[in-house]
Amino acid sequence: MNRSPYISEAPSVSAIMFKVLLALVPGIATYVWVFGGGVLVTIALATATALAAEAVMLKIRKRPIQPFLLDFSAVVTAWLLALAIPPLAPWWLIVVGTLFAIVIAKQLYGGLGYNPFNPAMIGYAVLLISFPVLMTKWPAALQLAQFKLGFADQLHYIFGGLLPDQVKIDAVTSATPLDYLKTQLTLKHDVGSITQAPIFGALGGVGGEYVTAAYLLGGLYLWQQKIISWHLPTAFLGALATIAGVFWAINPAHFANPLFHLFSGASMLAAFFIITDPVSGPTTPKGKLYFAAGIGIITYLIRVYGGYPDGVAFAVIFMNICVPLIDAATQPRVFGHPK
Amino acid sequence: MNALVNFSKIFKAPEIFKFHGGVHPPENKTQSTQLPIGQLPLPEKLVLPLRQHVGNMPKIKVNVGDKVLKGQLLAEAEGAVSAAIHAPTSGTVTAIEDAIIPHPSGLPDRCITITPDGKDAWIGRKPIDWRNTDRKTLVASLRLSGIVGLGGATFPTQVKLRADGKSGVHTLIINAAECEPYITCDDMLMRERAEQIVKGIEIAQYLLGAEKAIIGIEDNKPEAAAAMQAATANTPMQVVVVPTLYPSGDARRLVHLVLGIEIPFDKRTTEAGLQVFNVATVLALHRYFDFGEPSINRIISMTGNVQKPQNFEVLFGTPLTHLVATAGGAKPETTHYIMGGPMMGFDLPTDDVPITKAANCIIAASPNLFAPPPPAMPCIRCARCADACPVNLQPQDLYWFAKADNFEKARDYKLFDCIECGACSYVCPSDIPLVQYYRYAKSEIIAIDKAKEAADIARERNDFRLARIEREKTERAARNAERAQNAKKETNKTDAPTLNSNIHAGSGEAPLANEDAAKAAKQAAIAAAIERAKAAKAAAGNTPKNVSDAPAEVKAEIAEIDARRASVGIATDEDKQAKIAAAIARAKAAKAAAEAAKKKE
Repeated sequence: MNRSPYISEAPSVSAIMFKVLLALVPGIATYVWVFGGGVLVTIALATATALAAEAVMLKIRKRPIQPFLLDFSAVVTAWLLALAIPPLAPWWLIVVGTLFAIVIAKQLYGGLGYNPFNPAMIGYAVLLISFPVLMTKWPAALQLAQFKLGFADQLHYIFGGLLPDQVKIDAVTSATPLDYLKTQLTLKHDVGSITQAPIFGALGGVGGEYVTAAYLLGGLYLWQQKIISWHLPTAFLGALATIAGVFWAINPAHFANPLFHLFSGASMLAAFFIITDPVSGPTTPKGKLYFAAGIGIITYLIRVYGGYPDGVAFAVIFMNICVPLIDAATQPRVFGHPK
Repeated sequence: MNALVNFSKIFKAPEIFKFHGGVHPPENKTQSTQLPIGQLPLPEKLVLPLRQHVGNMPKIKVNVGDKVLKGQLLAEAEGAVSAAIHAPTSGTVTAIEDAIIPHPSGLPDRCITITPDGKDAWIGRKPIDWRNTDRKTLVASLRLSGIVGLGGATFPTQVKLRADGKSGVHTLIINAAECEPYITCDDMLMRERAEQIVKGIEIAQYLLGAEKAIIGIEDNKPEAAAAMQAATANTPMQVVVVPTLYPSGDARRLVHLVLGIEIPFDKRTTEAGLQVFNVATVLALHRYFDFGEPSINRIISMTGNVQKPQNFEVLFGTPLTHLVATAGGAKPETTHYIMGGPMMGFDLPTDDVPITKAANCIIAASPNLFAPPPPAMPCIRCARCADACPVNLQPQDLYWFAKADNFEKARDYKLFDCIECGACSYVCPSDIPLVQYYRYAKSEIIAIDKAKEAADIARERNDFRLARIEREKTERAARNAERAQNAKKETNKTDAPTLNSNIHAGSGEAPLANEDAAKAAKQAAIAAAIERAKAAKAAAGNTPKNVSDAPAEVKAEIAEIDARRASVGIATDEDKQAKIAAAIARAKAAKAAAEAAKKKE
């Protein structure tokens, strides 16, 4: 019988997913430091929901449960979704989003390896469309908030919707820089004066830019570990910076500078953790470049011209649709075939 | 002059042209290079499979009981692509029968068994003065050498040289990369017999008319490279040390590494003016031309879970168990043996197999060395396989197509360019047996193509048959018309009195004659058919006579006896007829019995 090769050196799927989770830790730690511990509750809720949903679906689909729970792919989806939604949203929001991501976007398409769309982004898009108000109510960075919610206060708010006495919701939330910029621009203010607002930091938003930088750090670890290739982050950040740079060069009063775009919203999380989902992305090196650049450009266009402050989720979903085409159109030349 | 050449050779490092992908499996080569090439005591028997090469089975030239001398021809090459088999030692042919051969199929094949007489007496050996013999004669004589590609491909060497002296090959590349883990037979051969290898290269160059010779060695074999450098110092041959990267020993990859040439997928290396030989193969050429020794042995790495891993010079046909015993025996936990390396080798069906020309390495396997693969997970499209593929294929897509039986797509995505090196499976996080999927898809596609070809031929035949029937019909009609015409003429000529009646019959006459002719033809055809049927019946023969009135039981018994008679007959073509007859008889008997039973009811 011929069953060679007899040897293998690949990390298991579990090991790959585990490293992705590990790479998220610096970002999460920074997140807690900047916005408080509420996000940990969201992450825990998402993880529990994802594992339970995955187990039930595997059972219904008569698939082995243990190996697929231990591959950690559901946990990765849960964490990414938890990091993408506002951390003080009511508990059921993340549960609904995770359920949709795991049950509909992943398991109903065949589970690990078969989902055409990024499950976390599907979950996010569903929540954003269904609950737009909740999904845009972000907490203020603790250093800026009029009232600093402690962990217990955040827990109360997530599970009961109750704030401490005499604290108004406006005292703990704030518009995100992307959101604020968008609304102020419609009021005919120019970028220079808008970014004087206290929520703007050196690069992106106060506090948020640190979280973004921590994602970048985790992403570089993934690259160093060869879990992701350079193609996707480089093309995404490059395209986003390029298109932002062109607009900014034409009219700096109306368009924010490229660095602001790179360090705001979900840019870094997307570059290293979201668009790098291998299952729903292209496989050819050239295809990865097109795919990521497409996401970068669409993200920018939605931020500037679209109805939402950030556009990563829709950009990813749109480019997911294009993956079969991209793969087919970017087949590399096989050895010995004409150039 | 030489000094100058050497000077440039030392200081001008040749350029290396990397190929895409490749992997770095743990080498595990040092285990078997601690000891020099060892010799085996003569085994008690040698079992020589007739098919140790790619191509036709050779024709047996000996009979059971024949005494043979070492190097005596046992079977000669038959057809264009075939290789001879020689007696590896002197002794007696004790069997010519089917036995399990070292092949992935695990199926038995025809083998010649020789029981050595212990004398190891050579047949008369005639070295050939190849420098003063024309190439055509030399290549023709190679048919008697039994030499095949010893790198593992076992393609008959004379076929690779069959160019009648005008091959157009300008560069000979000697494949000494030996990129598979564990295997060290070429390494040790170069360390110990570099001078002989160089002589072999000279012969191969002469046979091909190749001006240049390049020896490609991976940089994990510094001793071998140094030995080859020293041996080629006074020759224009070039030793190129290539970086260790599996599968650099694949012929097309090696050509690319040393020359930067990509052999087009649909061309042979010779069409690019190149030819690739393994080091062991050229050494066999040297032994054959300079000493008159045919191919009767090879160097083989016996490694893995054995007490003393080592390379041995092994006579073809040596039982594996004998080789294992010489290497100190297998350590406990040895589960089975692998022939070849861990990347492309295969499980031997049993340890009761002989060593053949294809066997460059035997690895004693244990769960410690080669853990059984975990159950495959779904493909997550991580494309690590695509990064590792030396052919720059998209293994994840090929897997998808193969799994879905989407063979057309698999072909479109260049499935047949896959060299089955296993690099993709080696790096797969989901532990998917990718190569097995590709082999499956390839064999299915080949089967479909064959079936299609057969169907095409059948359709053509049917079309031809219909055309023939049509043609015969028109011809018959024409013939009948002619005959009628003749008949008319005859009646007109010879039978004057009927003239009147003819006149009376008027215009109805001609068709009538025609009809008669048609009837006659038809009758003739029927008669012929009856004749044929009778003949067929006679051929089927053995219909018992004088039993037509016998009761059903008797008939059944007769039939049974006939059938038994037929079944014990010798397996020949005659027997086939008897079997058919028996079958018919059986069927008849069964029918008769059934009828009898019905009547009784």
